[in-house]
Amino acid sequence: MAIRRGRGVAAINYPTGMNLGGDPTQALVHSTPTGNFMVTLSSVDLGQGMKQIMAQICAETIGVPTDRVVVDTADTDTGPHCMGTFASRGTHRAGNAVIQAAREARQVMLEVAAEELEVNASDLETDGEGNILVKGAPQRSISIFDVALSAHFKRGRSISGRGMFLIPRSYPEKETGAMKPSTCYAHACTVAEVEVDDETGEVTVLTVKNVFEIGRALNPKMVEQQLVGGSWMGISHALYETTEPYYPNRDHGGTDFNQYLMPGPGDLAQTEIIVLERPSADGPYGAKGPGEMCANPQIPAVANAVFDAVGVRIDTLPITPERILRALKAQAPN
Amino acid sequence: MELRKSYFADQRKDDLHEIGQPRPRSDSPGHVTGKTTYFADRNFPGMLHLKMVRSPHHHARIRSIDTSEAEKHPGVVKVLTAKDVPHNVYTILILIQIGPEDETVLADGKVRWKGEAVVAVLAETERAAQEAAAKVKVDYEVLPAVFDMEEALKPDAPIVNEYHGRNYYLYDSGECRKVRFGDVEAGFATADHVLEQTYQSSPIEHAPTETTGCIVAPEGNDRFTCYTNTQAMFFTLDNASIILQMPGNKLHFVGGTVGGGFGGKVDVIVEPIAILGAKLTGRPVCFVYSREEEMQISSPRAAEKVVIKDGVMNDGRIVARKVTGYTDAGAYSRHSPYGAQKGAGHYPGPYTIPNVWIDTYCVYTNRTPSSAMRGFGVTIGDFALEVQMDKLARLIGMDPLEFRFINAYRDGDMKAHRQPTEGAALIECMQEASRAANWPVAEKFMTMSSYAKGA
Amino acid sequence: MAKVPVQFTLNGAEKAEFIDSGTTLLHALRDKIGDTSPKGGCHQGTCGACTVIIDGELRLSCLTLAETCNGAAVTTTSGLSEGGVLHSLQRAFLDAFATQCGFCTPGMIMAAKVLLDHTPNPSREDVVEALSGNICRCTGYEPIIQAVLTAARSNSQNAV
Ligand code: FES
Ligand code: FES
Repeated sequence: MAIRRGRGVAAINYPTGMNLGGDPTQALVHSTPTGNFMVTLSSVDLGQGMKQIMAQICAETIGVPTDRVVVDTADTDTGPHCMGTFASRGTHRAGNAVIQAAREARQVMLEVAAEELEVNASDLETDGEGNILVKGAPQRSISIFDVALSAHFKRGRSISGRGMFLIPRSYPEKETGAMKPSTCYAHACTVAEVEVDDETGEVTVLTVKNVFEIGRALNPKMVEQQLVGGSWMGISHALYETTEPYYPNRDHGGTDFNQYLMPGPGDLAQTEIIVLERPSADGPYGAKGPGEMCANPQIPAVANAVFDAVGVRIDTLPITPERILRALKAQAPN
Repeated sequence: MELRKSYFADQRKDDLHEIGQPRPRSDSPGHVTGKTTYFADRNFPGMLHLKMVRSPHHHARIRSIDTSEAEKHPGVVKVLTAKDVPHNVYTILILIQIGPEDETVLADGKVRWKGEAVVAVLAETERAAQEAAAKVKVDYEVLPAVFDMEEALKPDAPIVNEYHGRNYYLYDSGECRKVRFGDVEAGFATADHVLEQTYQSSPIEHAPTETTGCIVAPEGNDRFTCYTNTQAMFFTLDNASIILQMPGNKLHFVGGTVGGGFGGKVDVIVEPIAILGAKLTGRPVCFVYSREEEMQISSPRAAEKVVIKDGVMNDGRIVARKVTGYTDAGAYSRHSPYGAQKGAGHYPGPYTIPNVWIDTYCVYTNRTPSSAMRGFGVTIGDFALEVQMDKLARLIGMDPLEFRFINAYRDGDMKAHRQPTEGAALIECMQEASRAANWPVAEKFMTMSSYAKGA
Repeated sequence: MAKVPVQFTLNGAEKAEFIDSGTTLLHALRDKIGDTSPKGGCHQGTCGACTVIIDGELRLSCLTLAETCNGAAVTTTSGLSEGGVLHSLQRAFLDAFATQCGFCTPGMIMAAKVLLDHTPNPSREDVVEALSGNICRCTGYEPIIQAVLTAARSNSQNAV
């Protein structure tokens, strides 16, 4: 009887969005009289930070600091339609809609600035700090604050824009299954290292090294939040979680957090996260949806590591101590 | 976390101001001061609480329902049964023309899973609603139930859901979603080894710390505001509009701040009945799942069974892959026909294989309906695929990581569902993992690229 | 149902209410007094989202009857920041990106505060132990552990 070590690897990809259902999202952007920008959506922030990311996307596109943008979501009386937050679609779909709306608003903003500065709009640029400058002659400038005031009270222009992003639905061909499930895919590779106690069947995940390719990390700290939390959930799925421990038997289902098991703060694997960026062709600033796929590769990586450690395959999730012990027993020469 | 900018540097511009910056989250100050407003942080005078009477049986005919004692219970304001729901039989994906309608808001004549909602009780307090719910008498005739997908697919199995008339979802392609690419049998015939293995998972709970729920307040002008933690505002509004036969302009949904959502809150379960309660009583109504309900009543991630048969050459090439996937939808469809189809679009994984055959089934059993969860249609498939990859590598005596390099897809490779690969990055992820985990692979793999050969 | 009076201080302010006997402190705080910072994640004592501090001790407000709190000093996360200045724990949670959906956060901060009040220089094990009654489904816990350790360090630096 001993503690045995093993390691396993898994590599995966994951589609962004819901192409097989038709996948629209809209956004509206407008400026306030003092040059702040309001993004109006009906998209839902589940905790992943959608409001913040949409603010950064809008700010980047208009050319203002992020703190000049307020995101108003989700209210069906004011926010235009969004399919919803699922299928790793939020950042990608809503982000594209926000970019389109923000571009339209930016164009009006530049036109008003052009009138004030008596130049062509195409000769103007933003400095990212709240000013509009004449290209090549930055001493000729106007603040976005003043442009918005002028638009509202002098020139009668609405600095606003509408955005719509739609991936049309893909219908699978009946016989061949030809279809377009996604326009872009995120990728990952995870190496997990485990210890298995072959007397108790208990598995300890020592380390997980996760490499994720996510298109573009729009806000690296928030990407890290998602990936660390997802990696934890993947390990949790691998070793602990189910509502029906003896599926398909319907009994013994947990009804609270004492019976439904997940790793607690004392059960954490040492977790390393490395991010690669291959910008997607159609993503907002190249982003893909990393929120779901980040919890997938740990499951097979842990399963493979368990085999590497004790030489038994557990092909049924979750990989509980009971299943490991039964497999070890079955494998033992009497 | 480390950003490795050396990969794909030629495809990335670094001239942005706000994107790529680790800006603090605008919602975090609200979170750390306890000021963020979740749906349940609103309080309305005169708010009623809704509790469900649920089926104690996996499959039963309802002979009769007697709510008279419950109605007399102190504090009870209204008791709802199937006949109160204008369009009681619904299915959420009807919005994207995936039918038939197969689920009841409140059970009508039959229950098909243990925990199914039968009667809704609205009372002044949660406790009164709970006590009154216990006084509802339902006379059941218990029917044989089926829990195992294989059993369910046998011809003599009890029919779980009459709206389908068979224990699987009927796609336009037949009993399963199919992908056919190359000639899989010819591939097996030429393979040095053929390995067939079966993988299985059990249902998994989303377990958000905030349970699913909503509060509905009548606005006094025939409109109803629904404060909800749904993941999909208009999806829920439009389904509620169908179920309640109410024009959408009578409904106003407010949400967008959710205490964790991992797919379960895409279901449309609490809102329609709470709106109905508010409409029929003229009072605000709160319907929020208890933790017990969240654990056993809310949709879990489906259990799946995945059978993979591969033909592999001694040099490491996979020449044929056949996958048969079964998704346990439980008693009703919800999002499962979509999930099984998404699986068909995902197999055979991020590998280029010349001969592929995929069948994915959506199967009905007498258990809690499953639905979307983080990684929907893919998570369990990836578990199966990647354990299978490990087994294949060992079968031919090859390093498991090197084995994946040999088969990894690259730009331009044709996928089984007949889309050319674009934007691949699997190889680079594996190269970086090889370095980070000190898992050396042959030099030729470290110099590979996802870019199309010769590009 | 007969109402019973309860009187306690909440974050230093006097509160007095008539409540139904058997009302939990969680309900009294949220529905009667209007402090919604403690969250109801389970109402069964297994998630920690409702954690508050009563007379310096950690308590699950969903398992505490309000009527047993007469004369007590109750602290919640909404009372931690003073004059608009965040408490060191709140600041550390922000800086460490230790909140995602934020539903567990008030309970986590309460649990961490009791730890730091009793053990100003905790080890990682102390932090893990202190947080072990609180469920978080989003973060994977590590950022929360780091936030608590950072807060402890910043407290001791400020004390010097
Ligand atoms: S609500 Fe009190 S422990 Fe969960
Ligand atoms: S941040 Fe969502 S539960 Fe902790």
